[in-house]
Amino acid sequence: MASDKIKTLTDSNFDQETKSGVVLVDFWAEWCGPCRRIAPIVEQLATDYEGRATIGKMNVDENPNIPTSRFQVRGIPTLVVLKDGKLEETLVGLAPKEEIARLIEKHL
Amino acid sequence: MAADRQVVIIGSGPAGLTAALYTARANLNPLLIEGIEAGGQLMLTTMVENWPGFRDGIMGPDLMAAMREQAQRFGAQIIEGNVTAVNLRERPFTIRLSEGKTITTDSLIIATGASARWLEIGSDRRLSGHGVSTCATCDGYFFRGKPIAVVGGGDSAMEEAIYLTRFASRVTVIHRRDSLRASKIMQDKAFANAKIDFIWDSEVVEVKDVGKGEVTSIVVRNLKTGKLTDVPLDGVFIAIGHTPNTELFKGQIELDANGYIVTHDGSHTNVPGVFAAGDVQDHIYRQAVTAAGSGCMAAIDAEHYLDNIPEDTSKPEQTVV
Repeated sequence: MASDKIKTLTDSNFDQETKSGVVLVDFWAEWCGPCRRIAPIVEQLATDYEGRATIGKMNVDENPNIPTSRFQVRGIPTLVVLKDGKLEETLVGLAPKEEIARLIEKHL
Repeated sequence: MAADRQVVIIGSGPAGLTAALYTARANLNPLLIEGIEAGGQLMLTTMVENWPGFRDGIMGPDLMAAMREQAQRFGAQIIEGNVTAVNLRERPFTIRLSEGKTITTDSLIIATGASARWLEIGSDRRLSGHGVSTCATCDGYFFRGKPIAVVGGGDSAMEEAIYLTRFASRVTVIHRRDSLRASKIMQDKAFANAKIDFIWDSEVVEVKDVGKGEVTSIVVRNLKTGKLTDVPLDGVFIAIGHTPNTELFKGQIELDANGYIVTHDGSHTNVPGVFAAGDVQDHIYRQAVTAAGSGCMAAIDAEHYLDNIPEDTSKPEQTVV
């Protein structure tokens, strides 16, 4: 599913993987139709920002804690941008690639 | 100036993809621009039980994937991307894409569909993704064992309410009238479902709690008595209909009072060479199969139009707008 440039985030590795730098997290699930539309955009961003930002995906089915408890995710796709572990941006629903890129750029 | 394309189609729901299929088979080498909500509203559904030919139903996203592949099999070119502006005042027409690229075309089929309406009470949008949703199949999962509400009284509202009973502990339907607009079969299903209850003659005036960033309750006003009631719950699904995606065309194409594109004699708009199909021009039927049917009409209308335009359309005297 995810290319090797995309970090797979889980409840157990999340803090370690997101504690420094700029991180985009795509909260998704298999059953979510619109998430399939965001997926190729996130893959492109992983290539565009390689070495500059971490692009991660987190499956909300497999990770019951962090998405819903820490980020209050109640709908997907939801994208968040973190800087040094701190939540900076939240984007709910579908968005064009340029808009997502702009949110990453803001914090680089 | 020769146009890049004979036909460009904007939108990738059943209308757009059927137009792509037909224009591809007519050797018009169509370009279809998918748009951000690619695949259209069926991408947000589960089982589609009224698409003819599928006795046992078909999953909405699967149906759209099949339509897309079918159109591509006959040579339709489908690109991701969003249209940010159009110029329909000069010929060939110009389409600007989000990444800055422009495409010119002799004819245009608009199949941009419609998107879910919000309550427009402020708090609903602010809690979007944090308990307020317009997509039960996307977000129902987050409400396992929790009480939620569905706002609306039509078929989509009943469909969502029934679907959401898989997850929610209770589904309260909130409707402005004292009877449902939904079809008899959907009403029967909803009334028979023990997990669904109804608050009639009422509208949602506020979703709480914006400050906390999560849904804790809704304030409902009874339209007959004016009484306000606070209903504690964890989620709100809005199913009050759709608004047509016609922002791009305002001022260039005739729209009706609700923003729908006005069509005549099939799929013709008031601009010769511009055709419209699907929910963007239909606030009555709004079915996948009628959208597909009108996509076919638009393709045939575009084909006839292209057969009859003069060779050089760039001369000013040829401009019809």
